Amino acid sequence: MAEKVLMKGNEAIAEAAIQAGCRHYFGYPITPQTEIAAYMAKRMPKIGGTFLQAESEIAAINMVYGAASTGHRAMTSSSSPGISLKAEGLSYIAGADLPALVINVQRGGPGLGGIQPSQSDYFQATRGIGHGDFHMIVLAPASVQEMADLTVKGFDLADKYRTPVMLLADGTMGQMMEPVEIHTPEVKEYDKSWALTGTGMKRKHNIINSLSLDAYELEQFNLNRFERYKLIEENEPLHEEYMMEDAEICVVAFGIAARVAKNAIVQARKEGVKVGLIRPITLWPFPKQALAAAAEKCASFITVELNMGQMVEDVRLAISCKRPVTTCTRTGGVIPSPAEVRAKIMEAAQEGGAE
Amino acid sequence: MTHSYLIAGFGGQGLLFAGKFLAYKGLLENKEVSWLPSYGPEMRGGTASCSVIIGDEPVGSPIVEHPDVLMVMNLPSLNRYEQAVQSGGTIFVDSSLVERKVERSDVKAVYVPATRLAVENDMTTLANMILTGKILEEMGEFDADGVQAALKKVVSAKHPEMFDLNLKALQIGRDFK
Repeated sequence: MAEKVLMKGNEAIAEAAIQAGCRHYFGYPITPQTEIAAYMAKRMPKIGGTFLQAESEIAAINMVYGAASTGHRAMTSSSSPGISLKAEGLSYIAGADLPALVINVQRGGPGLGGIQPSQSDYFQATRGIGHGDFHMIVLAPASVQEMADLTVKGFDLADKYRTPVMLLADGTMGQMMEPVEIHTPEVKEYDKSWALTGTGMKRKHNIINSLSLDAYELEQFNLNRFERYKLIEENEPLHEEYMMEDAEICVVAFGIAARVAKNAIVQARKEGVKVGLIRPITLWPFPKQALAAAAEKCASFITVELNMGQMVEDVRLAISCKRPVTTCTRTGGVIPSPAEVRAKIMEAAQEGGAE
Repeated sequence: MTHSYLIAGFGGQGLLFAGKFLAYKGLLENKEVSWLPSYGPEMRGGTASCSVIIGDEPVGSPIVEHPDVLMVMNLPSLNRYEQAVQSGGTIFVDSSLVERKVERSDVKAVYVPATRLAVENDMTTLANMILTGKILEEMGEFDADGVQAALKKVVSAKHPEMFDLNLKALQIGRDFK
């Protein structure tokens, strides 16, 4: 077992990526994720990898596009405004069916916004970050250990399904230190016969492209891709349940919001309220079945989010609007306090009978 | 038992370092710990702070709103956080830099002229650790082995001389009456 060390979430991502076999990092500095680039700048040259500070976020994502075309594990990282710049590149990567990992350590927006933690890029990440019909797998860590573990998982999922994967963290997750064990995973062998590795005059050349001018052909590419999305939705949803066994009120929150919610739930439980938490770990695919099952026994739902209420839409969809869903939200870089969440829980408990 | 620390002062006083030292000490004692810095523009000169939680239960939110231990190294921090401290908690004040006394009567106040002691002992940058030494002593957690093991984790191996100096600073704080 590896020794537990204190690491910032951002550093844990970088080290875990290296352990997962990533040797190509392209980035551009932006608070609150710059430690990822700083760490890669130190480590990559020592292990024969590439660290490249690009001239812009757009350049960085297109370098990822190029590196991923060769079948190697490649990644980039940024924070909200920088991620918007990468949107076009991500659409191309999805259109070319390439695996890649993108880290978003979110900060408050819109626009240049602020630098404090936020979850306001939920829609952007889960609804289709760029143009065209496509999805990205979106992973939401809630501890420094998960920052590391989901980075590794992200590379695996990307290779398995030939899709871009986003790790959607926030400023708190990036900046905080917690004990973490960095494992060296066994990297599975994935079929990469599509990669641009040189034909050696022995095979037909591969083409990596997202352009197809024949509408029927393009439709078929999209249909094929959505067949894979179906498999992802069937096989990959992940969530954590906390005190849900007898819960009558279900709080739904991811990342830092889930940790705040846990404090509030402990307080509310002391006051006799039966409340639990469902924490989506994959935001796309959304853990719909877990939510639907909870709707069978819980009277109401509350989402806790660092935005004006975005995931709440997925919760309503997942439970087919069977139960009332309210929100506890702060925006612009503000984090709801456990007391605010507790107050929402108590409100829901009072209204429980009227439902 | 869970302790939540809020360590606040000016950027550059070594507040994040002191917090990391405390967190590592907890980690080495197999406790659950978290460390969260303020990372705003205040790091470049204004007030800076860091939240540290050390306890037996997994840490929920890493944000310390109501510390039971507040360490302050400037007046704005005492003004800002005095009311936030849990009743029965303790406020550790660098009395060389903070002119006023703690006003609340339901918390314990401990005054250490840490910056003056640091200057007198030729370790001007280590007032943070002098005050931290006093915190450990007051909380009954100044065990020589634990302190040294945690220091080894946070002091850069490139500067071994800083290990002895940090240890001395902690001891000065511990021994201050």
